[in-house]
Amino acid sequence: MTILHIMILIPFVFAIFVPLFYKYFNKRLHTGWFVILIPIIIFVYLLQLIPKIASGATIYETIPWIPSFGINLDMYVDGLSLIFGLLITGIGALVILYSIYYLSKEKEALHNFYVYLLLFMGAMLGLVFSDNILVLYVFWELTSISSFLLIAYWYEREKSRYGAQKSMLITIFGGLAMLSGFIMLSMITDTYSIREMFAMSETIIAHDLFLPAMILILLGAFTKSAQFPFSIWLPDAMEAPTPISAYLHSATMVKAGIYLVARLTPIFGGTAEWFWIISTVGLITLLYGSFNAVKQIDLKGLLAYSTISQLGMIMSLLGIGSAALYFGYGNEAAMYAAAITAAIFHMINHSTFKGALFMVVGIVDHETGTRDIRRLGGLMTVMPITFTVALIGSFAMAGLPPFNGFLSKEMFFASVVKVMEMDAFNMETLGVLFPIIAWVASIFTFIYSMILVFKTFRGKYKPERLEKKAHEAPIGMLIAPIILASLVIVIFFFPNVIADLLLVPAVAAILPSLMEENVLEIHISAWHGFSAELYMTIGVVVIGTIMYLTLKKWTKVYRLYPQNLTINALYNNGLESSQRIAASITNKYMTGYTRDYLAYIFTFFVLLIGGTLIVSNSITIDLTNDAPVNIFEMAIILSMLVAAFTVLLAKSRLTAIISLGVLGYLVSLFFVIFRAPDLALTQLVVETVTTALFLLCFFHLPKFKEQTKKQKKGVPFKPLNLIISIAVGAVVTVFALSANGTQIFEPIASYYEDSYELAGAKNIVNAILVDFRGIDTMLEIFVLCIAALSVYTMIKLRLSRREK
Amino acid sequence: MEERKLKTSNVILQSMTKVLLFLIMIFSIYIFFAGHYTPGGGFVGGLLTSGAILLLLLAYDLQTVRNILPVNFLYMVAVGLVFAIGTGVGSLIFDKPFLTHAFGDIHVPILGELHLHTATLFDLGVYLVVVGVTMSIIQTIGGDDE
Repeated sequence: MTILHIMILIPFVFAIFVPLFYKYFNKRLHTGWFVILIPIIIFVYLLQLIPKIASGATIYETIPWIPSFGINLDMYVDGLSLIFGLLITGIGALVILYSIYYLSKEKEALHNFYVYLLLFMGAMLGLVFSDNILVLYVFWELTSISSFLLIAYWYEREKSRYGAQKSMLITIFGGLAMLSGFIMLSMITDTYSIREMFAMSETIIAHDLFLPAMILILLGAFTKSAQFPFSIWLPDAMEAPTPISAYLHSATMVKAGIYLVARLTPIFGGTAEWFWIISTVGLITLLYGSFNAVKQIDLKGLLAYSTISQLGMIMSLLGIGSAALYFGYGNEAAMYAAAITAAIFHMINHSTFKGALFMVVGIVDHETGTRDIRRLGGLMTVMPITFTVALIGSFAMAGLPPFNGFLSKEMFFASVVKVMEMDAFNMETLGVLFPIIAWVASIFTFIYSMILVFKTFRGKYKPERLEKKAHEAPIGMLIAPIILASLVIVIFFFPNVIADLLLVPAVAAILPSLMEENVLEIHISAWHGFSAELYMTIGVVVIGTIMYLTLKKWTKVYRLYPQNLTINALYNNGLESSQRIAASITNKYMTGYTRDYLAYIFTFFVLLIGGTLIVSNSITIDLTNDAPVNIFEMAIILSMLVAAFTVLLAKSRLTAIISLGVLGYLVSLFFVIFRAPDLALTQLVVETVTTALFLLCFFHLPKFKEQTKKQKKGVPFKPLNLIISIAVGAVVTVFALSANGTQIFEPIASYYEDSYELAGAKNIVNAILVDFRGIDTMLEIFVLCIAALSVYTMIKLRLSRREK
Repeated sequence: MEERKLKTSNVILQSMTKVLLFLIMIFSIYIFFAGHYTPGGGFVGGLLTSGAILLLLLAYDLQTVRNILPVNFLYMVAVGLVFAIGTGVGSLIFDKPFLTHAFGDIHVPILGELHLHTATLFDLGVYLVVVGVTMSIIQTIGGDDE
């Protein structure tokens, strides 16, 4: 157990004790105060790792879990995982602090809340620090499960359950796809270690499974990070308590996909497929999210779509940045490496301002009772601090100075402008689309950011529309958003502190080959002259402002899009129709009639056995070694045929029973002829007993009018049944003849012929039954005994009748 | 249904039964003991014994047979199983695999030299189970007047 392992696993261990704290201390002290210690401890631990990691070192610790399969808790800290670790624990601590004031300790089931939250935190930490892909997958699914639990925290609400189910289905779908991708990767490379895979990048790319593995893994990343078209679960996940939305659905879980893409860039990066899939999906998501965010009337819905859009932006930056591996060295590579820097930088920025914005929305919701934009307004003077935080967050989101969003957005523009000039991956023709999409999406981002802050806080105060009398939030609730908002500004003024300490090692982790040549210089400056990106930003502000002011005139455009063509409708219909189709298929073949099931069984029997006989070409009917047929046998066979047909064609049941008896006695005659006296004796007596039992059953059959009618008709004729029964008979006959024709080895019967010496018996049959293979006999008498007991209980214990 | 209620005399059947019952019983016991050398054994022997009792059932009624043979046939099944399993477990005591039989010529005080075999005990278990099973099934179904 190393300290690193303890730090990662401590949330799980602590989660066990949370219910105890809740039970014994919650009356005096909010349970959250105990829980908050955990992220703070881990955060401090991770902080002290920064100098070490910044100097280029990494930490690798392992403890065995399933060593025989090579699955061990390999924990690895480098720049990339450290950033995520810091975000998870830092924002985690702030969110818990916020939740202490947000969730009432009397009304809410806090033990559930904090157990799920800690579970999530531990899973997320495990995810980012794992070097073993299967361990990573375990933690990945744990985040899905804990997120499911957290979304449905208010499980008595139908919408919560709907949202939880949706996110579960989508993320687990992606997770399973990812697992198969991981398995393919490990098949190619014969290792589970991500770092060992880096070295085998060329082998992987050349392998046949490269593309399937990549697509499957990306499915996992895209579903988790709410990329188009898997983004639909995120807006519905907003039914979770606001601290959860702030933590999971803006700062951490949705970035797991980003993490995965960044983590695997050294393996897949540099290929055209990777570049195109990731950057296109990212750009589409960016545009889709920002476009849809504008029409939202729920503040959290707006933030959800804005998260989708921002994640798309980070994703597209990662895609563009992967081109650096294509070039491999030199200035060109360094240029695209800047995109990776931008991605990581924006991810940090996004976590800060989006966390703050969610908390602000939570405060507004908490203090006014609504999140509906149409009912809000004029809160600026009522809630000045909240307004300030919202202003900072929104302006950072819109990409305005002096906030950190400005820096990363400028870097984003710089990247998309540069990528236009790239002379690889067919970018000459399609590259021009990149800056256009990015720019249009940024205009929408600007608009919804403005909506968020101005529609909520400016305008007329409408107290009659609010459920509560609005007032400023308690200071405890404001601490966390204030810290995040100040970070937003601090990062703007001192971006290079973060760049040196965190971004350099992170980029080194994503582009390891590049760092060796030391071509990468990461320097973020707020002012870098009159460049294309600055003009783009100015354009965004100008057009965005105009569009915001004329919002009412053009929002009708959203109504043009048909509602039943949305992805949500597709998902709902898909789910519903898959259930309906499954039900109708099941109802079709599960008829409830035994005769149908028998038909299936026999048909499969014929198809399987008959098919195998034909396919394996093993029909060999060889009659040369067969014993000659004598007249007795012929006579018995003929009589048996007559009896069998009588059974089939009999009009009354009595005839059938008696013919069956005849058949049985004929069989015992056969035993006589084939010199099996024991069998003949037994068959004779058993046949008598069963015939008597049949007669008994026949005597007790109810006499309905219909049945008497049917009796006259005999067995109803059904052609399909005839075909199936003839086929079964034919297959069995052919099978038996073929088996008889091929004798592979001598029978072991000669051994038993010495039964007198071996078992002191002259009757071989009996010796086999009681001595050589006595255990079979023992179990057969068990069978008889169970049959007797069943008859006894069936007749004596008629509970249903007795109850009446 | 009407005819069945008519009380008829079964003198011939009942008298014949009194004779045949013992013949069948003796034959069944013969079949049982002879099983190791000639066709027969516990299974057929058991079936024949129950055939004899069945004849008794047909000639008389259920209650009479219960009075003549005050045996709970389900217990007989259990006893038979104990015999069969006991024979198997017995071999474990002598450090032999389960169901290993022993046989040999043994001098018995009154009967003289006998070729005895533990398989007979096992077969006795089979016999008892078969009698018990058939009789309890027949009695249960026959005694069910609903």
